Amino acid sequence: MELSAKHREYWRKNLVITAILMVIWFIVTFVEGWYARELNSITFLGFPLGFYMSAQGSLIIYVVVIWYYAHYMNKLDNEYNVQEEELT
Amino acid sequence: MSQAFSQVSFTQQLKKYYAVYAGGFIAFVLVLAVAEQMGLPRKYIGYAFLFATIGLYALIGIMSRTVEVAEYYVAGRRVPAFFNGMATGADWMSAASFIGMAGTLYLAGFDGLAFVMGWTGGYVLVALFLAPYLRKFGQFTIPDFLGARYGGNIIRTIGMLSAILCSFVYVVAQIYGVGLITSRFTGLEFHVGVFVGLGGILVCSFLGGMRAVTWTQVAQYIILIIAYLTPVVWLGMKHTGIPVPQFAYGQTLQKIGELEKKITADPKEVEVRNIFKDRAAAANAGLKDPNKAYAEGKSALEKKAADLKAANAPAGQITAAEKALAAYPKNVDGAKGQWAKDKGLAARAAPPQPHADPFPGKDEAARNTARLNFLGIVFCMMFGTAALPHILMRYYTTPNVREARQSVFWSLFFIFLLYFTAPTLAVLAKFEVYSNLVGSSFASLPAWAAAWQVVDPTLLNITDFNKDGIVQLAEILIGGDLIVLMTPEIAGLPYVVSGLVAAGGLAAALSTADGLLLTIANALGHDLYYKMIDPHASTARRVSVSKGLLLVVALIAAYTASLKPGNILFLVGAAFSLAASSFFPALVLGIFWKRANKWGAIVGVSAGVGFCAYYMITTYPFLRDLFGVTRPISDFMIMGINPISAGVFGLPIGMAVIIIVSLLTPAPEKEVQELVEHVRYPHLRGDIVTEAT
Repeated sequence: MELSAKHREYWRKNLVITAILMVIWFIVTFVEGWYARELNSITFLGFPLGFYMSAQGSLIIYVVVIWYYAHYMNKLDNEYNVQEEELT
Repeated sequence: MSQAFSQVSFTQQLKKYYAVYAGGFIAFVLVLAVAEQMGLPRKYIGYAFLFATIGLYALIGIMSRTVEVAEYYVAGRRVPAFFNGMATGADWMSAASFIGMAGTLYLAGFDGLAFVMGWTGGYVLVALFLAPYLRKFGQFTIPDFLGARYGGNIIRTIGMLSAILCSFVYVVAQIYGVGLITSRFTGLEFHVGVFVGLGGILVCSFLGGMRAVTWTQVAQYIILIIAYLTPVVWLGMKHTGIPVPQFAYGQTLQKIGELEKKITADPKEVEVRNIFKDRAAAANAGLKDPNKAYAEGKSALEKKAADLKAANAPAGQITAAEKALAAYPKNVDGAKGQWAKDKGLAARAAPPQPHADPFPGKDEAARNTARLNFLGIVFCMMFGTAALPHILMRYYTTPNVREARQSVFWSLFFIFLLYFTAPTLAVLAKFEVYSNLVGSSFASLPAWAAAWQVVDPTLLNITDFNKDGIVQLAEILIGGDLIVLMTPEIAGLPYVVSGLVAAGGLAAALSTADGLLLTIANALGHDLYYKMIDPHASTARRVSVSKGLLLVVALIAAYTASLKPGNILFLVGAAFSLAASSFFPALVLGIFWKRANKWGAIVGVSAGVGFCAYYMITTYPFLRDLFGVTRPISDFMIMGINPISAGVFGLPIGMAVIIIVSLLTPAPEKEVQELVEHVRYPHLRGDIVTEAT
């Protein structure tokens, strides 16, 4: 079947949001991990920040990233008319 | 879909059932608590938890039995996002997460967090790159996707072998965990424990396949999370005054920092550490020239005893010297054994490592290598998570793509509840040990410490090395598994909570083993038998072949586990690295790059796994011996990366090779391109159908 311009736009938007969320994921994982020693000199909620991020902060951001992706894509499906039938 | 079945009312019903179930379980625990107060012996509390929970899982298994293919392989594709999230949580969290994680964090401090980050952050990759697309594709196994996307049986076979390899290594570790928990809490023998656990695993997966496993895993998740949180919340109340210590243990961490400084400087601690240093040094010297050292050591003791006698020293001193002489090894071999043991004491001669400090090392270069290895483990655990077939398979079971996306969110949410509690538990336990156990006198150890030392000396061993009658930190030897097991006792909770924790650990191990066994049996029954050997097999025959294979695989795994293979942590880590190098590049490029083709995938996957295996064989001591590698490790090591993180190289190599070989060979056919478009959109008018029923 042929894809319309609108379909291609949907896929492009999907790629853009995926890339943005991957950048966030990369920063809170690898950039944070690389600078953990330096971050530890900052205190956050009573924790050294580097420790806090690896033990909790980054994890919370992962949960939020996945929630946001599901929310965004489920909305995008409707906008571009590629949504599935409602479950009854 | 026109059918009488209604997803909405099904979800409502499930919520009702599982709410009643959770309430019933809590009531069961309370009844046992009352019974304990009235004098029910501990042994029976252990049995009650063991048989009640396994019986419950069996009941769910029997109620969900099925012979329909779609029910057997993907639970009829109607598991709501929320419940699939719980099932994935239980599927994912193994005995290692439940029992081992907090212990690793206790012992390794910051560096243990690599596993916490890796095993949660991987779900971001699952959500963004895999789950929705695999759901749209909607068949039964992961090799199914590779077979359809790249065409031909070669790539399907490679996928099948990789799935079996990763899952088998992992399932052996789970069954081992089951044996350990049942034997410790009921007094059954280890082998008996393995087979009791195996019964619990089989009755679910054998009768009802994915359908039974799914509904059992939801039940198991509820038990394991109640079991993990109860003692921590209690202990947290004691230390931080609020019931969510996860947000308040920063202060406890600061107090640990002060205690660490005090312990590092304490003269008595220094004395014990020096004893270890001296004994390790003596052992090293002894091992260099055993015969000479043995003779010298012996004559020195003899001379001392003789001198004391000649000088008419007090009787006490003479007896002590004679005792020391009598305790001296009888021959050189005996002395060698003693020295080999003493050599290990060097590890205990160091002051405590500050808990929150990342990447310890003796100089800047060592610290940088530690940092690279930390990030290496994070990388491999994440990409491995996003490539382990037993997890990806779970996203075939949701009703549609929309629910699959939400389901990844629920999965990580439920996993997060345990993973952000584990570092809390490690810190609270450490504070308890540093402040209450250290400095107490040997005559009156805290009750839990005295008890565990008797139960299992490999978990806790406290010896008065400097004979001052006071416990120094350096004198305590703690096994990682103790941390979770002892929490109920240091929180001062009744034994029934210890039984609950054991039931939680068992639920974690059983649920993961269920998912893994099913993956292996399905790879053999579906991919090998149905897709390659007998494509005309009737549905009844396909299901019974899968069931038969399940039984065989389970027995082989249980047999392997009963041999108690060593170093399970390395094996599990290796499974992640191998999965990351094999599946991840082929799956993701298959979805995001239409040009990826059959030969690219075949050569790429082989190259990724091949390099990964090569790196492990040349740098991991056990494998080096096995394959007879003699050149020094440093010849093979790249940037000091440990063998467990070999996926750091395997994955990019696999990816690069798929791209290069694909570009050198013809583009895939039009049908394949259509398949890729098909999986990218949740719904297209006039779309092809790939969903298997």
